[in-house]
Amino acid sequence: MPELTLDGRALRVAEGTSVAAALALAGDGCTRTSVSGQRRAPLCGMGICQECRVSIDGRRRLACQTLCRDGMQVETRA
Amino acid sequence: MTQGLAADVIVVGAGIIGAACAQALARRGLDVLVLDAGLPGATAAGMGHLLVLDDNPAELALSQYSLQRWRDIARNLPEGCAYRSNGTLWLAANAEEMAVAEHKHANLRAHGVICQLVGAPRLCEREPLLREGLEGGLLIEDDGILYAPATARWMLDQPRIRQRQARVAEVDGARVRLDDGQWLAATAVVLANGIQATELCPELPIQPKKGHLLITDRYPGQVTHTLVELGYVTSAHNASGPSAACNIQPRPTGQLFIGASRQFGTTDPQVEGWMLARMLKRATEYVPALAQLNAIRAWTGFRAASPDGLPLVGQHPQRPGLWLAVGHEGLGVTTAPATADLLVAQLFDEHPPLAAQAYLPQRFLGEPTHA
Ligand SMILES: Cc1cc2nc3c(=O)[nH]c(=O)nc-3n(C[C@H](O)[C@H](O)[C@H](O)COP(=O)(O)OP(=O)(O)OC[C@H]3O[C@@H](n4cnc5c(N)ncnc54)[C@H](O)[C@@H]3O)c2cc1C
Ligand code: FES
Repeated sequence: MPELTLDGRALRVAEGTSVAAALALAGDGCTRTSVSGQRRAPLCGMGICQECRVSIDGRRRLACQTLCRDGMQVETRA
Repeated sequence: MTQGLAADVIVVGAGIIGAACAQALARRGLDVLVLDAGLPGATAAGMGHLLVLDDNPAELALSQYSLQRWRDIARNLPEGCAYRSNGTLWLAANAEEMAVAEHKHANLRAHGVICQLVGAPRLCEREPLLREGLEGGLLIEDDGILYAPATARWMLDQPRIRQRQARVAEVDGARVRLDDGQWLAATAVVLANGIQATELCPELPIQPKKGHLLITDRYPGQVTHTLVELGYVTSAHNASGPSAACNIQPRPTGQLFIGASRQFGTTDPQVEGWMLARMLKRATEYVPALAQLNAIRAWTGFRAASPDGLPLVGQHPQRPGLWLAVGHEGLGVTTAPATADLLVAQLFDEHPPLAAQAYLPQRFLGEPTHA
């Protein structure tokens, strides 16, 4: 059961949960804010659309293609 | 407008070249009809780097004049056109390339282009992500960037310009036949349809030159200038086989545009993994940190290359009434204003703002057959 930090809040999820799923469970479901200031959320869920870009441990990753790991820092408002 | 004519001038192609020509003609009080088939054009695919190039005097004259015009145009451009004067930093990896930089510096300075040589220690101050060990660079301060598709739309948004989605199937002097069979006539037709120009005028010496591009996620403030390797001058421009050169452009959104590749002899728009990989590898040789960034999209486009790399601007020598504005290779966004001004001056039989000779279609098509 990995425990990660989501926008500063601790969260424990089941093994094998993607970051996109964790955000849907515990956040507003969104991964980032666009240039025009809109919140954006995962769309295709399979690594194609690039909508689910998110900061994980300081690097931009795809939330739908990244599994939650212990100690991960996920920032959707970075 | 004369009776029975669809417009004073019909422009075929609504890319940056057709748009710049249409805008210039409309500003002279002409009614302009712009026809575009909605094909994927170079304007939407390209990088929109506005840069002075000096491989030959005609290219320098065309690009330098255009950069000046872009600076004037920029005052009225909406924010969506993303114009910035962020400068180009040409990178020299070794002494041989530094000699090229010095030569370029002297030549550009002699022509009044503001630029400065940057030594190795100062290079990383200006661009901290550059790898250590580069020889130096040349900073061209007034170069810029532009989002060309939005700019083309802005240029076409004029009361005297009408736009219509239609594919031209045939040109005959100052008339065009649409693919539904309808003929439209004007006092002049301007052909500005990029690589498709040879479908309507097979005699034009234009070849598609494929390019790959990639854009990253947003990483604001990491790169300031457009970074271009000087090996570009020796490798990409002069090679006939596939080539790649480092070209990294910071967008106002914080995204990084990464180019550039060149391939002849293909019209397949597919992104080719091996070419993309080669291009990215080249870019990381200058900015290693790129390898850590997340790319969000890659695509291709086709430049319309003429044998001497210069565009064909002027009346078709054997087809009176048909005017050409084609063959802009990898520099058409930059050279659109000069192209439009040259075309308008010739159409109105005025003294052009820069010598027209080097860009006349005659150099490939022969002397006029009409009086
Ligand atoms: C990968 C790449 C990178 C580039 N980078 C730069 C750069 O950094 N700086 C720079 O200055 N330039 C750059 N260029 C070059 C520049 O993009 C082009 O020179 C320029 O966009 C050409 O514009 P155009 O209007 O002539 O053609 P296009 O933009 O190709 O427009 C032609 C239009 O004609 C229409 N058309 C075609 N056939 C017909 C028909 N039969 N009937 C009706 N309409 C028709 C098409 O629908 C299309 O809209 C780059 C190009 C590529 C491919
Ligand atoms: S949701 Fe489409 S790439 Fe992740």
